Amino acid sequence: MMQEFIQPVADLFGPVWPLVWTLAKIVGIVAPIFVCVAYLTLAERKIIGFIQVRVGPNRTGPLGLLQPIADGLKLLFKEVILPSQASSVLYYLAPVAVLAPALFAWAVIPFSEGWVLADINAGVLYLMAVTSISIYGVIIAGWASNSKYAFLGAMRSAAQMVSYELGMGFALVCVLMVAGSLNLSDIVRSQGTGTFASMGLGFLSWNWLPLLPMFIVYLASGFAETQRAPFDVVEGESEIVAGHMIEYSGMAFALFFLGEYANMILVAALTSVLFLGGWLSPVGFLPDSFLWLALKISFILFLFLWVRATFPRFRYDQIMRLGWKVFIPLCLFWVLVTGVWIMSPLSIWK
Amino acid sequence: MEFSNLIFYAFSIVLLFSGVMVVTSRNPVHAVLFLVLAFCTAGAIWMLLHAEFLAIAIVVVYVGAVMVLFLFVVMLLDINIDRLREGFWRYLPLGLLVAVLVVFQMAVVLRGDYFQLESLAPPTAPAANASNTQELARELFTHYAYPFELASMILLVAMVAAVMLTLRRRENSRFNNPVDQVRVKRADRVRMVSMPTERDEPAAPADAGDAPPAEPK
Repeated sequence: MMQEFIQPVADLFGPVWPLVWTLAKIVGIVAPIFVCVAYLTLAERKIIGFIQVRVGPNRTGPLGLLQPIADGLKLLFKEVILPSQASSVLYYLAPVAVLAPALFAWAVIPFSEGWVLADINAGVLYLMAVTSISIYGVIIAGWASNSKYAFLGAMRSAAQMVSYELGMGFALVCVLMVAGSLNLSDIVRSQGTGTFASMGLGFLSWNWLPLLPMFIVYLASGFAETQRAPFDVVEGESEIVAGHMIEYSGMAFALFFLGEYANMILVAALTSVLFLGGWLSPVGFLPDSFLWLALKISFILFLFLWVRATFPRFRYDQIMRLGWKVFIPLCLFWVLVTGVWIMSPLSIWK
Repeated sequence: MEFSNLIFYAFSIVLLFSGVMVVTSRNPVHAVLFLVLAFCTAGAIWMLLHAEFLAIAIVVVYVGAVMVLFLFVVMLLDINIDRLREGFWRYLPLGLLVAVLVVFQMAVVLRGDYFQLESLAPPTAPAANASNTQELARELFTHYAYPFELASMILLVAMVAAVMLTLRRRENSRFNNPVDQVRVKRADRVRMVSMPTERDEPAAPADAGDAPPAEPK
């Protein structure tokens, strides 16, 4: 049915049609993400307000629904200030380098059966590569601003991200051992098979239960990677003001802000795809659908906000201790356990 | 010209440009960032050869980890660029010699008939759904299992050695054991004392604390 509508347009473009079609798909993914980012900021203020028995923003538009647009316009019209002695090219490049990797990763995320921009075999590897380059934006911002606070923030951020990437990587290793594939769609499909799935209780065969320690490690590392509370020493409002983005104003600051929230949505989407069964329905009698994925992403995002409103900030040495001395040994041990489990007669994945 | 050739030349130009900029750029931080660009472009060129595992591994390992630490070092060290440039003419002949040797070696391997590259059959195109990672893993853990283990042992030894060389124990560094901190009970920190808010007996004469000094010192 879709094909009938698309075919005349495809003929119009001729040989460049694959390029046009891919670009259209990219816009179709990126534009909703930006809308989600905008309304995630509102949801954050509303939910934290609710937790703290406040109202939250409620004056701009009905129920405060126009607040993100007002905030965006305000930032758009503000002047972008370049600090003296700053390295100007790198200074303007840094916000872009923060935001872009958060959007690259969406290329391999499957939204539903067959709904994926690039269905590549090395999907998990691609994700690790893309998330590991997002650190450059932060370091460059800290260095190019020519400010001590910004540089301190960038240093903290880089050390934190490098430490937690390892734990995240090991958690991914467990997932791909269980799934037997690096393709994200295959990982989701493999979660729909197994002992519990054949009993109609799909949600028990998703990776979160058999790989529960890895699920916790991945989620906590995700919090650390996105520098959200309780790992937000990078911004540390009460100590180093705003970390690497202290010198940025206007739209340059807004790009950092967009990058942080886009990263949150990305981590939520990845957790849903890798551990919570992606688009699969939790029980046998309901159909699989994109809506399940949206629901799972929303739940993880709510968790982000809930944690922020509940827990105090970690001390810096304890962040390092958790990453290196707790998560990494746990991950190494669990890789071993998973390997033995898969090979043993008790394996639930055959 | 095929489209993939066009991409190859585009990436090659970027790679060569960033390689030259690594050596010539005046600011060490810019040089490191150009090196990052060079690694990414090299990864893209490997991707054209269907070596997707290596292409992504170079980004994960070099760009994501090694260069970040490199960038740290360069940013934290106070590098005097003029001092670095002092020996340029003195080291130039040696550098040129090394460059000529490298080019010569590459020419011997690629062009000469010693290795008989001409007689080798051209590699067959991989199947559309072939997984580079799986093939690599199969080779690594079957044919090359012992060399692989040997390489990992050497890396482990190097890592332990590096840690031992740089580890220095400081006598006066203080350490909180987080387990003890978590186990702390209220009674360990706070003592509740029941006492009346005011005393019955008259207060002590006010000559000790709150009376102003009789004469300024």
